[in-house]
This record gives sequence, C-alpha cells and structure tokens, in this order.
Amino acid sequence: MSTGSIAWDAAAPERTPLVEILHGWVTTVDHKRLGIMYVGYALLLLMAGGVEAMIMRIQLIRPLNHFVSPEVFNRMFTMHGTTMIFFVVMPMLFGFANYLVPLMIGARDMAFPRLNAFSFWMTAFGGLFLYSSFIGGDGLYGAGNAPDVGWFAYAPLTSQTFSPGHSTDFWTLSLLVSGVGSIGTAINIFATIICMRCPVMTLGKMPLLAWMNLVMAGLVILAISPLTAAQVMLMVDRYLGGHFFDTQAGGSAVMWMHFFWVFGHPEVYVLVLPAFGFASEIIPVFSRKAIFGYPVMVAATVAIGFISMSVWAHHMFTVGMTSNANTFFVLSTMAIAVPTGIKIFNWLGTMWGGKIQFNTPMLFCVAFLFQFLMAGLTGIMQGAAPFDWQLTASYFVIAHFHYVIVGGILFTIFAAFYYWFPKVTGRMYNERVGKLHFWIFVIGFHLTFTVMHIPGILGMPRRIYTYEPGRGWDTWNLIITAGAFIQAVGILIFLGNLAWSYFRGALAGNDPWDAWTLEWSTASPPPAYNFAVIPEVRSRRPLWDLKHPEDPDWKYE
Amino acid sequence: MSPTSIFAPVSTPASTIFGLSMFVLVVTGAIFVVVFSLLAYASIKFRRKPEDHDCEPAQVYGSTQVELAWTVIPVLIVVVLFLASARVIASIQNAVAPPKAIAVTVIGHQYWWEYRYPDLKVVTANELHVPVSDPAHPTPTFLTLLSADTDHSFWVPRLAGKTDLIPNHPNRTWIEPRETGLFLGQCSQYCGVQHAKMLLRVYVQTRAEFDQWIQQQAKPAAETGAVFEGRRVFESTACINCHTIAGTVANGRFGPDLTHLMSRDTIASGAVANTRENLRRWIRDPSDFKPGCLMPAMGLGDAQLDSLTDYMETLR
Repeated sequence: MSTGSIAWDAAAPERTPLVEILHGWVTTVDHKRLGIMYVGYALLLLMAGGVEAMIMRIQLIRPLNHFVSPEVFNRMFTMHGTTMIFFVVMPMLFGFANYLVPLMIGARDMAFPRLNAFSFWMTAFGGLFLYSSFIGGDGLYGAGNAPDVGWFAYAPLTSQTFSPGHSTDFWTLSLLVSGVGSIGTAINIFATIICMRCPVMTLGKMPLLAWMNLVMAGLVILAISPLTAAQVMLMVDRYLGGHFFDTQAGGSAVMWMHFFWVFGHPEVYVLVLPAFGFASEIIPVFSRKAIFGYPVMVAATVAIGFISMSVWAHHMFTVGMTSNANTFFVLSTMAIAVPTGIKIFNWLGTMWGGKIQFNTPMLFCVAFLFQFLMAGLTGIMQGAAPFDWQLTASYFVIAHFHYVIVGGILFTIFAAFYYWFPKVTGRMYNERVGKLHFWIFVIGFHLTFTVMHIPGILGMPRRIYTYEPGRGWDTWNLIITAGAFIQAVGILIFLGNLAWSYFRGALAGNDPWDAWTLEWSTASPPPAYNFAVIPEVRSRRPLWDLKHPEDPDWKYE
Repeated sequence: MSPTSIFAPVSTPASTIFGLSMFVLVVTGAIFVVVFSLLAYASIKFRRKPEDHDCEPAQVYGSTQVELAWTVIPVLIVVVLFLASARVIASIQNAVAPPKAIAVTVIGHQYWWEYRYPDLKVVTANELHVPVSDPAHPTPTFLTLLSADTDHSFWVPRLAGKTDLIPNHPNRTWIEPRETGLFLGQCSQYCGVQHAKMLLRVYVQTRAEFDQWIQQQAKPAAETGAVFEGRRVFESTACINCHTIAGTVANGRFGPDLTHLMSRDTIASGAVANTRENLRRWIRDPSDFKPGCLMPAMGLGDAQLDSLTDYMETLR
C-alpha cells in the first residue's frame, strides 16, 4: 500500500521523493502505519501460502498423479501450514488490532510504539527467513529445499537423523524469531487496552473488539512461550547433543506433542477471538441494533480464554494416553462449545428484530455465522475421542480446521477489510465487485471444504502426496481442486477491488456506515494523532449517544 | 463404495465407535438444523425493506431468561455427549485380552510394517493375517504397537480407529473382525517422504485358513538348487544387511523379512502387486515405485536381476 492517503503526506506542499517515503515507512512507530504494514505483509504471504495450496491441490486432482515429487509435496504442506498460521492470519489480525484498538479506545497510539515497530520487524524477518529456506535449506548448495517436517513438526522426524541439512533449522529459527515479535505485540496490545483507554471508558464500556483482543493478547503470551521453549530445546537437541526429543537416546516424542499443542490449541483461539471481535462490531452496525447481551459476550470471551488452555491434548487422542486422560480432554473440549455457542446465539439475537443491510461486510459476517456453526459441530464430533480415533489425521480434520480458519476467520477478515477500508483509505470499495467476490468465494469455499469432509470419512489420511484409484476418493478430490481454483479467482477479485478502490473509489467521509464506535468520529484516514481532542465516552456506543441525544445508551447500561 | 469407509465397520472397536458416531451425528445434526433455520429465518425476515424509513429498529440490549436458556441447554447436551464418549473410551481402551486372543507386535518402519507373532513364532511384513472372531468363542487380535524410527499410525478404518506407533512409547490396540476378507488402510501419521505409500492390508481368514497360513509361515525358506546363482547374488550383495531369509546367512532387520515373500500379494508395503515384472523392476530401482524409499538401487546387471528375481520367486 502506498502512503499518499496518510494525512501528513497529503498535506505536504510538494511530492515527497520515494526514498523519503520508504524511509518514513521503515522507521515509523505509528500504530496505523505499522498496522497497514502488518496487513500488507500478510497479504503478500497469503499469495505464497495460496500458491503452495494450489500445488498440492493440482497434485491430488487425480490418483497417482505426477505433478510434483513426494519431497516437494511434503515441503508444500509444511510451508502452507506454517505460512498461513504464523505469517498470514496472525500478522493480519495483529495488523487490524494495531490499527483499530487505539482508535476504538480513544488513544493516540499504542502503549509502546517502538516495541510495536520492533515486533513487526521481528515477525517480518521471521517470515523472510522461513522463505529463504527455499534457496538455503540444504546449506546453499542447491536450490529447492524447504522444511518438510509438517507444520507441527513431530519428533523424532525433526532430529538430525531424519532431517539432515538445515531445512528444519529454518523452520525452528523462523518461529523463534517471529515468536519474539508476537509476544512483543501481545504485551503491547494488552498494555494499551489496560492503560490507554480514554477518560470514563471503563472496561465494561469498551467495544467488544477490544475485549476480544485483550483476551487474545493474554493467550499469545501464555501460548507462544512454551512453543518458543520447545524450539530452543529442539535446537539444543540438534546442535548441542541434547536428548529432549531424541527417541534414539531415550528422549520423548510425546513431550514434543504436549509442548506443541499446549501452544497449538490456544493458538486457534488467538486466531478466532479477533475474528469474533470483527463480527461483534460489524453485525450490530448492519443490523442497526446494539450487540445482544454485551456482558455475556465478555464473560464468554474470558471463559474461552481460560478453557482453551486446558484442551490441547484433544490433538493427541491417538497417541496412547490413558483412558482417564482421554476422558478429561473430552470434557474440557466439549465444555468450550458452551461459551462459543453463546456467542453464536448472541449474534443471532443481535440480528433478531433488526433492519439488516446486506452490504459486503455483512454478507461475509452472515456466511461466517453459518460456517462457524458447522465448524463448531464438526469440532464436537472430534471432541468425542472415539469418533476422533477415526476422524483425526484424515481429510475430515483438514475440512474441519479450514472451516474454522477460512470459513470462520478469513471470512470475518474479508468483512473487516471491506468495513474498515473507507476508514483506512478514505475511499469506498466497489460494492458490486465486493459482492461478486463474496459469492465466488462462498461457492469455491463450499466446493472445497464442505466436500472435503467426505474423503476423510472414506478413510483418506492427510499429508499423502498421492493415492491409488479404487478407494472412492477420486471424484471428491477433483471437486475439491475445482473449488480451490474458484477461491483463487475470488482472492484475485478481492485484491483487484482493493487496488482499484484505493485510487478510484468514491470518497467515503468520516462515517459511511452510520456506525457507533470512536474510530468513526475522526477523519478518514485518521490523522497521525488520531483525535484532536481526546474523546470522553459515557456508553458502549458513544456515537449513538451523539446521534440520538433523545435516547442515549447510557440510560440503559 | 469405498473399501476404507469409517461408516462400514466389521470389527468390534470400529462398530462401537460407529454407534457413538451415529449418536453424536444425530445430536449435532439436530443442533445444526435448529440453529441453521434460526439464522436463515433472521437473515430473511429481518432484512431491511425498501418501505422501511430511516428510523432505527427498537434497541434491545439483552434478555436474562433467553441467555440463561441458551446456556443451560448446551450444558445439558455437552454432559450427555461427554458421558456417552466416556463409556466408549473405557470399553475400548480398558478391554482385557481374553486367553484365546492372538498377540501381534506391529513395528512401524519408515514406509513399511513389520508383524511379529511372538506366541506363534512367525515374522512377516506388510500383510497382516488374523482369524475371524466368532462371537461365541471370541478370538480378537491384540496389537502391541512399536516404532523403529519416526511416528506412524495404524489405521484400518473398518476394523478400528487409529493408534499411533511412537518410538519409546509402546501402545496397544485391538481388533475383533466378524467377517472374513481383505481390509485396507494406511499409515496416518506423517512419517517422512513416502508416508503416502505405507499401506496396510489386513487379511481376515477363517480359523482353519489362518492356522494353515501360520504353519506355512513358520517353515524356513524353500531350498532349490535351480536358483543357486540368484541366491549367490543375494548373499554376496548388501541385501543381507537389511533383509532376513530364514535358513540362510541373511538376518538383517532393517527391511522386511523375505522368507515367504511370494506368499504375499503385494510388495513395497502394498504399493504394487507382487508380480515377477514388478519384483524385478523394484529390485532394479525401488524409487520407480516409491521415490524416497530407503531401499537403495544396487546397480545390478540384467543377468543378475533375472537370477535374483528367479530366486525371490522360490520364496513361497
């Protein structure tokens, strides 16, 4: 993204030389610019991760296909998973949090602006380092190497014995580096929300997006730390003769699994809570009603935060835990369905009796509700451990978590893009093209990920580069690949819309959606200082109070 | 009909799981229908209509009764699903092997399966044979799962759910098939380059057929003078470091036991049919069928390949 729209550049009398613009971006500590950089970076890596997914789908389009070798296929699924989780969805959500949280709580910047810049660059360099493994993964003598141990990198496949060369080290170190960035950002978001709210905005008057990012930040601090510790232990194993995970010397492969998933499952909620935040801001505005049951939404968010720390071993029902341990993790896993269900019902309650406007952001949010319902229910199926013994590590589980991450999280991210695009750029996106993007993407999504449940039920395991005919998987895989191409077209339309609207979109004004939170009270795009006068708020919807002095919210809260 | 559908169980753990699965599917299906309908209704009924004026709808902030209802009902559903799951977990994981159970040790290797029958003194690879279990006199098969290298997972969907094979972490699973036949599956925990072609074949046989198979497998390798040249090639190359042929100097453990190679329908862990042509091509260069597999091409000439294949074909 360019800088032309940022207020102080636009006000400059002459064109600033490119090198100065770049210098401005590289050295910036402004939360809005850092937010835009996070999002731009995530979009870039979304392309990379998407290409990797397409390579896998082309390989699997028919049985015994020879599009890529098994080695390349294994690198593709490792890089796809690692990229999408650590370098697309997380930075994307951090970017939105960076941009929106200070604006929504009436602050002029994050609590620690320089830590913010440092964290962004750590994340960015972590991703660049990961991708440099394509040229240097085998010690620079031959291109075309990359990590091939899977995105959860189970021991002992990561030991020197089974993964010689350096491709695994690229994976380990890139996650170490970006993990430092993630923890820095999480501390920053946490401190900002706790300390930087404008006068009178108590925690109970905060927008839900801020609440959900607060819990997300807490989870990042708790979850990334064990992952970082495990990466250090893995490096000790590989280079300093440690035996933490070295099964040939008495180490424990199961311990790696615990370390990874005690990060891995809270991570799901790290990704989904900000997505819930988008839905909780967008659905009320387009239903023209206040969020239904704000205190319960907050309580459910905090409950999800706590329970999500005790469900990790449901990724390990097949590793031979005792029946008691399996039973406990069934209970904790199913328990988390309750607060999550409450959220879906509250969004439904918000729409009930409203006057719903189906602009593009709302379309994506409503599709999110349907899809997240399905994702939650397939999650319950896998929470029932015996059912999971059949479903786990099959294409059913791939379908399930893509329902969460694409059908749930990516859909709300698209909604957020369209909803806040006028605020960030000052221009409206093209509504017709936005709707076209929505429908194409919905069709592609369901062709791919709804259909993907079926080969899982028919016994197709994940991470296989090919399969033999006669298993009843052929047709389903063909449909799945067709859906993937349709989704790719949808993404290109989306990017095209962003680029076109940035230059040609109609001017948006401060508050195109007639919305109620503080970011809509300042200019679009907001000035560097956000608010000329720090606002005071008396309710959860300060702009509602302003627009409806006869019927303000603070009378009822 | 897929030969690996989890919804076509023929063996006790798989059918118990199937029963629970149907229950969970019915419950979650009902929730899906109810919530889906409510969402669809709200999206259609409450959309903004052209005749609507600009005025805002009534602002409702919440309702304690409604919110209590949609908290308590899910809690009750969760309790029911949890109890149903707990019962099945206990019935499968805590099952005790009856005295007549067959014991098999399964050892996962990078891209092939080793099967050892410790009580019956039989060692074989890639094709597991078990007797069918008669409900009146159950003869289930209890499998001890070990790994020689990385993590693997034993998954034959119509017989049982997955259980992982993890080095330094012995696991256990069991099957009790009620029908004879061939049941397919494959490794379902990513284990390296050729994870995709680490296929599982379980032959469920009548008791008589199974006993006969055991008897035949327990014999040492057949001796025929006619293939002396092939045997010489085998014993004078690195083959013997990895493979065992009972009754010869070959006692390697890294690759599959070849004593009764020709009694198997497939080679390369189920990747291709066990025909002379495939066997010769496999020995010439294993990466033709399984690129990345750990057996090296030995660089044998055509004559050596022919005589070695002749020898292999006598290992019945």
